[in-house]
Amino acid sequence: MSEIVIKCESVYKIFGENAKKMLEESNGNVDAKTFQEKGCIVGVNNASFEVAKGEMLVVMGLSGSGKSTLLRCISRLTDATGGKIFIEGQDLLELNNKELIELRRNKMGMVFQSFALLPHKTVVENIAFPLQIKGTNTEDSINRAMEMVKLVGLDGRENYFPRELSGGQQQRVGIARSLAVEPDIWFLDEPFSALDPLIRKEMQDEFLRLQEKLQKTIMFITHDFDEALKLADRIAIMKDGIIEQLDTPANIVLNPATEYVRKFTEEVPREKVLIIEDVMDASSKDDLGDLKVSKDEIIENVAEKILTQEKLVGVVDSNNNIVGSIKPSKIIDTVFGGRKNGS
Amino acid sequence: MEYLKKYPKLFQWLFLLIVFFALCFAIDVPETYKFIRGQAEFVKDPNQSVYFFLGKEVRYYAFDVFWRLPPLLGWLPIWINDSLFFLMNEWMPMEFWNEDTQEFKTRPILLQISRNLTAFMTFLIELIREILLGGLETIVAFTSWDFIDAYPWLELPGLPWTIVAAGAAILSYKLSGKGLALFAGLTMIYISIFGQWKPSMQTLSFILVAAPLSFIFGLGLGIAAYKSKRIEKALYPILLVMQTMPQYAVLVPALVLFGVGDHAAVIITMVVAVPPMILLTILGLRAIPPEVIEAGRMSGCTNWQLMLKVLIPTARRDILIGVNQVIMVCFSMAVISAFIGAKGLGFNLLLALNQLNIGLALEAGLCISLIAILLDKMSLAWANKQTDYFGNLTFFQRNKNVIFFAASFVIGIILAYVGTFIFKGSFNYLFEIPHNKGISTADFWNKGVDWIFDTFFVYIKAFNTWLIQDVLQPMRALYLRMPAVATLVLAVGAGYLIGGIRSALVVAALTLFIALSPWWDRALVTLYMATFGVVISCLIGFTVGTLCFQNKKSAAFMLGVCDIFQTFPSFVYLIPVMMLFGITDTSVLIAVIVYATIPATRYTIEGLRSVPVGLHEAATMSGVNKFQRLTKIEFPLAFPHMMLGLNQTIVFALFMVIIGAFIGTEDLGQYILKALSDKNGAGIGLTLGICVAFIGLIFDNLIRTWVGKRKKHLGID
Repeated sequence: MSEIVIKCESVYKIFGENAKKMLEESNGNVDAKTFQEKGCIVGVNNASFEVAKGEMLVVMGLSGSGKSTLLRCISRLTDATGGKIFIEGQDLLELNNKELIELRRNKMGMVFQSFALLPHKTVVENIAFPLQIKGTNTEDSINRAMEMVKLVGLDGRENYFPRELSGGQQQRVGIARSLAVEPDIWFLDEPFSALDPLIRKEMQDEFLRLQEKLQKTIMFITHDFDEALKLADRIAIMKDGIIEQLDTPANIVLNPATEYVRKFTEEVPREKVLIIEDVMDASSKDDLGDLKVSKDEIIENVAEKILTQEKLVGVVDSNNNIVGSIKPSKIIDTVFGGRKNGS
Repeated sequence: MEYLKKYPKLFQWLFLLIVFFALCFAIDVPETYKFIRGQAEFVKDPNQSVYFFLGKEVRYYAFDVFWRLPPLLGWLPIWINDSLFFLMNEWMPMEFWNEDTQEFKTRPILLQISRNLTAFMTFLIELIREILLGGLETIVAFTSWDFIDAYPWLELPGLPWTIVAAGAAILSYKLSGKGLALFAGLTMIYISIFGQWKPSMQTLSFILVAAPLSFIFGLGLGIAAYKSKRIEKALYPILLVMQTMPQYAVLVPALVLFGVGDHAAVIITMVVAVPPMILLTILGLRAIPPEVIEAGRMSGCTNWQLMLKVLIPTARRDILIGVNQVIMVCFSMAVISAFIGAKGLGFNLLLALNQLNIGLALEAGLCISLIAILLDKMSLAWANKQTDYFGNLTFFQRNKNVIFFAASFVIGIILAYVGTFIFKGSFNYLFEIPHNKGISTADFWNKGVDWIFDTFFVYIKAFNTWLIQDVLQPMRALYLRMPAVATLVLAVGAGYLIGGIRSALVVAALTLFIALSPWWDRALVTLYMATFGVVISCLIGFTVGTLCFQNKKSAAFMLGVCDIFQTFPSFVYLIPVMMLFGITDTSVLIAVIVYATIPATRYTIEGLRSVPVGLHEAATMSGVNKFQRLTKIEFPLAFPHMMLGLNQTIVFALFMVIIGAFIGTEDLGQYILKALSDKNGAGIGLTLGICVAFIGLIFDNLIRTWVGKRKKHLGID
């Protein structure tokens, strides 16, 4: 695995007056109910994970599951009650105010659900804001902001005020602003949740296009499971502050760790999530037909071709070496039968 | 028994009332009791009782404890007074360098501070006044009288009125548009040609000093309260009392601390104007979406950057609404400050009213009203104005307002110069029209008043006599007939039934303070006048509000009318009623009713308006008619908001009753008025002010608690 950028070790966030003391007394065994009786609310409960450079971790959970709180602990908008958080090896919780500001000015960018644009600044001024806060002079910051305006496709609207833009356009400004300082780490807190479904899809595609180009380390928060599947390298599913499962989309769909996760996966169209490699048989490589498919292909894209075959279909890797095979009936099993024996 | 279970609250209230009336009947009026018209502390009479506390002698008429509590707090005003005197004249004497006599002089530190503060304020006011009107005090402040004798041309000439008028119009145009610019221009021209220029500019200079200072302090304290819970907690009770304290009452301590004149008035105006600014600042900062703050933090803002570049600009509108409030409070204080010798329109108004020259009073009042409307509209326009982008404009487009002002400046000076040739030997009407040398319609109005009196005297008198003899006197007698214990039981019981033990305790403490002060009887008279005003105001306000609500246009119109009337300083309302009813309690009550009807009407319309459209549609689909919709849906839902209107109505009524003392009533206000001319009045004035504030707060607490519960119950808000 490549370089670890974000690392969390048993992070807790508990709201309430005696939170710190109660956490110490509990010895890491935090039960939300007993805490609630004593007037404390558990936001994040024992979260440990790592995010590698260039990886996109999507944290998915319903409202109140603690996903936003977790993100705010990692960006230190709130201080975690317990545990350790490392950003590129630096202990985040040990940073003083000045170091924290430096870190945010240079390494971090964040996009918000409600866009959080400054109402008194124009589009370009909003985007230039983090640069100007940093001390970049007006001309340079405006030039850089104009590049960002082009990147998110808002050319011609740079002098509009946020109130004159649609939701999707406002979020483009939010994205541009968060990228203006060229951060390495990119936090997105439900960036597309406030948008209409069609705009949301458009923005997701746009986002994937950007990420392909920029290769940032990303933590992306969403309550939409489909969105998580579409975007994520890995998904963390949260419930009541606890990370229920953290795995690749395919593994989550194929092997849900808990009943709660399984409920989400039930309605998921597998052929859209799984790739050939997930369902192929790596042991039998003989007696293949003429058709060869790549192991990284999403099932949906090749299903029709495979189903017309009578023989086994060969699976090849990027070097065209045969790594396994797949039976046409397996496709039918995956798409239609998987739900019964999936768990 | 079934009813008891069904309506437990109703029976609790009934029980409370029964206890109250039982107490009223059980406790007889002591034979020696009479309403004391003189001030007890100055009357020495063998029937009085005396007690000493902290070395202060308190004299009072003793009655049965159930009938009237002894004034156990009677020492408080005297004590406040003595402490103030001590602080000002004896506490911490220090050596100070005296510029005039060129020697060190020993002075108490507070006196020195007060003198320096006053000198500073006087300088600021004079500076602005002289820019507007001309004069030489400012130059003298920097140099000396000898210097100005040597160079008499250094005297500031003052701006010609045409320039100020043009400036007001251009500023209005920039803030709002053509309509307001026209209004501003016409107002200024009116003021000028009717000879009110000088007092108006004096009042304006007062505001131009008081408002910015109040804004700075209010914003600063508001930010401090936003940042620190502890500061907010410390400020909260003061803010609460200041909101219900009659502005008039704070004038009295100002006299002692800062003397007579504009400077004292400016300082005390800040005391009154800062609280609303603090409240609106806190409100505005709290209303900022948390994500905007987080966005600021994630951009790497330091605390200062966050405050200056994110928080304050985002809360801009609320903060500017605060500025609007500050300006309006400053303006009404500028008028009332006439009582402690501030110059300007208020002074002229007071003078005219004292001479019973209704015509002159009316002219000054009209001026005050016009300026009030203008200031209100301008500051509101500023608050509601959204920033615009000016990227691709030419130099002329970008600076056109400045250019226009520069042009009118030059034209104004040329006109003033030309005027010296036209009006040779008389006043230069193109430069500045002196007071009382403009057109005056006073005679016309005075004749009108005389005519009204001659023609309708019989009817007005008959109405007056009927009202006073058959309504007011009996009502007053009833209020005074209440034994103190019964009143306490009623207040505390109501507090308990509405808000539980907490409310009961608050109400008990507030009521006890008044009952233990030497002015319980006066407080009852204040209360009776206020009640009378509030009941009628609410009847009118709720009816008018409901009727106007039936039509969208009339509702908007009525709200506009309320807006305009609300900007007038309360003092102005006394003019027309004195014109019609002369100097009687009736006049005061009518002024109270007119003034207090404003919030009653406004809150009714707003409350009815706030009923969600969805509910209207649901009701219509259930087939209700208009009347059913009103009684079954709109009233129950709007009722909590209307109750908040009642709360405001009570505060407005109390203010007006207190101001009405100027006409001559027998309530707490009369004592405040007396305290103004008493050199030992500071403690009395302050305690009286607190008494009035507490009356307001008792109702405020009860109503707000009830509204809070009711809203929760209805699930609105």
